[in-house]
Amino acid sequence: MEGDLGLWSILIAIIGGAIRVSTPFLFVSLGELLTERSGRINLGLEGTLVFGAMAGYAVAYLSGSAWLGVGAAALAGALFGVLHGVICSIPRVNDIAIGIALMLFGMGIAFYFGKPYVQPVAPDLPSIPFGWWSDVPQVQAALQVNVLFLVGLALAVVVAWMLRSARVGLVLRVVGDSTDAARAMGLRPAPIRVMATAAGGALAGIGGAYLSLYYPGSWNEGISSGQGLMAVALVIFARWNPIACIWAALLFGGAGALGPALQSVGVTEGYYLFYAAPYVLTLGLLIATSSPTRAMAGAPGELSITK
Amino acid sequence: MEDQALIGPAGGALLPVLARRAEPVVIPLLALLVGFAAFSLFLLTQGKSPVQFFQLVWTGGFGSAFSWQNTLSRAAPLLFAALCVALPARLGLVVIGGEGAIVLGGVAAGALGVALIGAPAVVALPVMATGAMLVGAVWIGLAGGLRHYRGVNETISSLLLAYIAIALMNHLVEGPLRDPTSLNKPSTATLPPELRVGTIPGFEVHWGLAVGVVCCVLAWVLIDRTTWGFAARIAGGNVRAAQVQGLPVGRLILGFCALAGAFAGLAGMFEVTAVLGSANGSLVAGYGYTGILIAFLARHNPLVIIPVAILLAGFQASSGLIQRRMDLPDATVLVLQGFVFIAILMSEALYGRLKPFVPEKWSR
Repeated sequence: MEGDLGLWSILIAIIGGAIRVSTPFLFVSLGELLTERSGRINLGLEGTLVFGAMAGYAVAYLSGSAWLGVGAAALAGALFGVLHGVICSIPRVNDIAIGIALMLFGMGIAFYFGKPYVQPVAPDLPSIPFGWWSDVPQVQAALQVNVLFLVGLALAVVVAWMLRSARVGLVLRVVGDSTDAARAMGLRPAPIRVMATAAGGALAGIGGAYLSLYYPGSWNEGISSGQGLMAVALVIFARWNPIACIWAALLFGGAGALGPALQSVGVTEGYYLFYAAPYVLTLGLLIATSSPTRAMAGAPGELSITK
Repeated sequence: MEDQALIGPAGGALLPVLARRAEPVVIPLLALLVGFAAFSLFLLTQGKSPVQFFQLVWTGGFGSAFSWQNTLSRAAPLLFAALCVALPARLGLVVIGGEGAIVLGGVAAGALGVALIGAPAVVALPVMATGAMLVGAVWIGLAGGLRHYRGVNETISSLLLAYIAIALMNHLVEGPLRDPTSLNKPSTATLPPELRVGTIPGFEVHWGLAVGVVCCVLAWVLIDRTTWGFAARIAGGNVRAAQVQGLPVGRLILGFCALAGAFAGLAGMFEVTAVLGSANGSLVAGYGYTGILIAFLARHNPLVIIPVAILLAGFQASSGLIQRRMDLPDATVLVLQGFVFIAILMSEALYGRLKPFVPEKWSR
């Protein structure tokens, strides 16, 4: 552990890592939030994330534009969302089970089409050096903030405003809280849920593209380590509140950055255990915030996991 | 007049009974065919021949004694993995983290085997199996307990526990349990020949298959022929009703989840003692995820799990041949499984809707 920074360098690495690692969490959790606010849960976002990572990487490589890759990932994610939404609209089809099926399907089809793109190098997404004021390389590295992170922050604010004040947000909340009330208002819940799931899928696809196009910045079959699934728990922890999703995503990102940060200062003991930190944190938060007797505060009424 | 001839001895008409019995058989088979058809269309868009694909599956999975041997060896862990999903499903729980119990069961068996080198196999192997089952039981039992006592969704918690299990396995085989001579692939020490599980005489398939089949039969007896199984089905149908009846719902959930995890742990034990020879990263082979599909295809009936597991094992066994002959990536079988999984879930909507299976609708 040489260097003048000592423990500070770990902290800086964790903060920088939190910003880097949190971006996919932020996008996937906002996507899951939109879906869940409409009354459905999509456990398939893990598969959508992986497919988005593959599609984004492939299109960025073929077109030479990272942003085209992001667009392709969003489109692919939306298609997965539509698939989930339409299948779940069939009576007696379980949204949790379909999510599991689509998770496996999305990963399978991403690995199938992704084989030729493991080797080639696609262009990276741009980032902004917010650390220009510092001479310390670690600080500069930590404050290299990707544009998508800022987009995600803005998106969280927009979604929060939309859910509170915009007509589309109110429609979404009614459908999510009570199918009967929505019907009574003359709304048709099924197509609204399909659209919400599609929007959620698109955001998850973008989260995947961030993984393959910025950090870690390559496409391989181990690109995702459960971020899509942890996002489901993250939304519960954030109490279905988009602004809380930002803090939750940063917290999860920080936990995910713990292992690499310690490794960067030469701590190798228990290295793999630190990689389990995000999962342990997720599980701990779920245990702390769940209750066997009362429904969760802020939960949409039609959501199957909280009923 | 013809209907008259089909009246059974019990006074009920035979045909309606048959029709009702046929429904849960025919609908999953239909779904399987629809899944295959969708996958065939997918292959056509890829410029590949579905006919050649299924021919190769036949050759690679079921066409010869050698391919049957390959298929049945792969079926063994799938039987246990599917039981790990099917048992909690009777209580209405969707547990998808069997992979974690398999991995930790394998590590437990590998570590106990190393500690017991020199002990006679009749002592060591049962101890290894018990250790693997205990670890698996704790792991899935934890998901069940969290569900019942804390209201934590078991689907999410079991999958998180699977990720934690894989990290634990990596930690153990790269750290405390690592055999220093395993350079390229960190592993526990290789088990001596006497601690390796052999093959069933005359079959060239390891004992895991036989034990798996026996476990499926036992699980069926438990669910279909005992009061515990009956109570579990009631609790799975309606928790409130079960509680009002005074059924010990908490103990049922814990017991069924622990048993499910114990089965998954056995899968890990057989992978280590019969196939791998030591515990290492190869334990993370996706058996837990294929097991989910098998359990859903079998409608969580342990006896039906046996043929379904063999069918899917056949697809996996033929995967290498398909890659070589058709120049398809190894993920092709995953894509096929995805199509079948979606089809089987969609088929849930058909129950009670198809006129041939619903005698009440015949006269209309």
